[in-house]
Amino acid sequence: MRILLVEDDPTVRGFVAKGLSETGHLVEQADNGKDGLFLAVSEKFDVIILDRMLPGGIDGLRILETLRSQANATPVLILSALADVDDRVAGLKAGGDDYLTKPFAFSELLARVEALGRRGRNEAAPQTRLEISGLEMDLLSRSVKRDGQKIDLQPREFRLLEFLMRHAGQVVTRTMLLEGVWDYHFDPQTNVIDVHVSRLRQKVDKPFEAPLIHTVRNAGYMLRAD
Amino acid sequence: MTPPISPEPAEQAVPARQRGFRLSRLSLKALRYHIGGLRSAGVRFALGYAVLFWVSAGLFLSVIWWGTASLLQRQVEASVAADARALSERWSDGGLSALALTIEDRLEDNVDDDALYLLVGPHGERIAGNLPSWPEPVAMSNVWYQLTIKRAGIRGVAEVQSFDLPKNYRLLVGRDVRGRSTLRHLLTDTLFWAWGIITVLTFIGAFFVRSMFRRMISSIARTTSAIAHGDMDRRVPLSGRGDEIDEVAEAINEMLDRIKRLMDGVKQVSNAIAHDLRTPITRARAQLEYAALHARDENSLRSAIEEGVSDLDNITAVFEALLRIAQIEAGSRRSAFASFDLMPVLSDIVELYEPLADDQGSRIMLRAPEHLQFYGDRSMIQQAVSNLIDNAIKFSPHNGTITVAVATGFNPVPADRAGGRIVTLEVSDQGPGMTAADMERASERFFRADAARNTPGSGLGLSLVQAIVHLHGGILQFQSRSPGLCVRMYLPLPEDDGKKQGTDMTEDSHTYHPQDRPDLLVSQS
Repeated sequence: MRILLVEDDPTVRGFVAKGLSETGHLVEQADNGKDGLFLAVSEKFDVIILDRMLPGGIDGLRILETLRSQANATPVLILSALADVDDRVAGLKAGGDDYLTKPFAFSELLARVEALGRRGRNEAAPQTRLEISGLEMDLLSRSVKRDGQKIDLQPREFRLLEFLMRHAGQVVTRTMLLEGVWDYHFDPQTNVIDVHVSRLRQKVDKPFEAPLIHTVRNAGYMLRAD
Repeated sequence: MTPPISPEPAEQAVPARQRGFRLSRLSLKALRYHIGGLRSAGVRFALGYAVLFWVSAGLFLSVIWWGTASLLQRQVEASVAADARALSERWSDGGLSALALTIEDRLEDNVDDDALYLLVGPHGERIAGNLPSWPEPVAMSNVWYQLTIKRAGIRGVAEVQSFDLPKNYRLLVGRDVRGRSTLRHLLTDTLFWAWGIITVLTFIGAFFVRSMFRRMISSIARTTSAIAHGDMDRRVPLSGRGDEIDEVAEAINEMLDRIKRLMDGVKQVSNAIAHDLRTPITRARAQLEYAALHARDENSLRSAIEEGVSDLDNITAVFEALLRIAQIEAGSRRSAFASFDLMPVLSDIVELYEPLADDQGSRIMLRAPEHLQFYGDRSMIQQAVSNLIDNAIKFSPHNGTITVAVATGFNPVPADRAGGRIVTLEVSDQGPGMTAADMERASERFFRADAARNTPGSGLGLSLVQAIVHLHGGILQFQSRSPGLCVRMYLPLPEDDGKKQGTDMTEDSHTYHPQDRPDLLVSQS
């Protein structure tokens, strides 16, 4: 993916750019609001990572608003030290697609960026069926089958699996699951999400040969075929 | 009568006193200091009082003066008119001789010797009366004239009126008002002296008003300035009269109490930060340093770094919780307040935690009405409840039951928001509970009861719950159960939907019995 990174702190910028490049993305960098805005409007990116507080008179929200006012729908991930609910709301209202607060784990950033990049592509047709190597999910009848065998899931387990399947092949972090499946925007200090995932595993993976739900160390989970 | 009043007299009067006291050290600056100048509210207040008192006394005295003077004038006019009427009747009854005789009689009977009569014929010749000749200025009849007359060698002032009689006779009736003007002078002098005394009294009164004002204000000023200089234990003394000054003093004391509590909180937090954050930071640092110096292979280096990162993540979490508490406690976070149904929110949280409880061998029961409209910040309520459930799960024994119960009722604390409807939301477990002393301190930041030392956590969960409950205008209570602990939140409900919710539950939740409610929603895994 072609990613624009607008961030003024050189350490954070270098760290993020290096990490993204290593995972196979093409990264353009800007260290102030003016350059960032120029790049954002003049070139085409798959995802923009935008720091909120920027030097140069133009802050992240201004860039975002300018982009959206020009009908530019590039997914934007806001990266900010402002962790308030109010700040998050302001960022999302200005047109942000996701909001990540500093300090952050790179794995979380990567997971979110990739989710954003993919979202842009498959938003066109509403899906009614999801399938990953023998695991089938019918979103209309709300039924799940694996290798033709029916799996009974609780409603919340169904949504959890749906979220994982929609992000198949990507790392999904615990906070992404909390936000996406439960719509919670705080950090429960315990391992509640792990417990839910392990229950889902009991039903989806245990009776079958190859596991589909993998734990990604220090990051989260991933649904993939191998 | 009353001259225009300016503030100068009062200002000058006090310097005069000062001058008397210490002539040698008189300087303009010292003067201004002692008077306080017009910038001093006390001086302005006193001046206002003085001017008001002075002007009203002046007006009052003037009214008395004018009233008395015009009364005397009217008396003269009335008696002259009566006299003239009687005399003209005499003329029409008995003619000229009877009239002259009556005049002579009247003059003889006049003890005060203030009556003036003169009857003249057509050619101006004097027929009767006590005036030697017709006074020249008196030309027209029925008009009042004020004359200077000379009688028996004494000059006096007289008020006279002339009347035309038939056959060109003329009659002059009047009164010598010398006595009246003496009276008027006397009255004027008296009133003037009275006014002088009032002026003096005004200054004395102003001085008292000012010192009284100063006394009232100075205790407040002294206290607040002592506080400003760091003496947080000073309070404004109350007079005990319960007057406005006491009300102000009480309000100030209340404010000072709150400031002191906040300051103590800050102090306690900074101590706690110093202690509780240094420990994990030190640990992370030591680990990384040790790895940098002694790690033999990549794997041990990697695992040391990972542990360091996870320590740092914990520190970040503690920081975030602290910031959040501080922010909520500051009370500014009301922008996200909205009306929402509390029940789906609660059942979602219970559903989230059920597997975790199940793993620990305990179960969660939710006892609640089906719908309950609530006004507040949804995300914060979620967090508060999940903190409580999280705690309960942590301390729940094997096979224990965690109960989340919701009931509506009326405020159990009558002094606060009297009669308001509240929702009672309680989370109780069957764990080891808390001692009374621990319950007192449970919501302090970083406080961890001895029983909880070995469980994971930062000691901020209940502080956050407390802050959230306070932000919603509620009360957080801890109650010991045997066994277990019950944490109860009393939260005010919006007033308008009281009627339609009223039938769901009528009792406060601590009066229920687990078995007698058929409508329970029992969730059990």
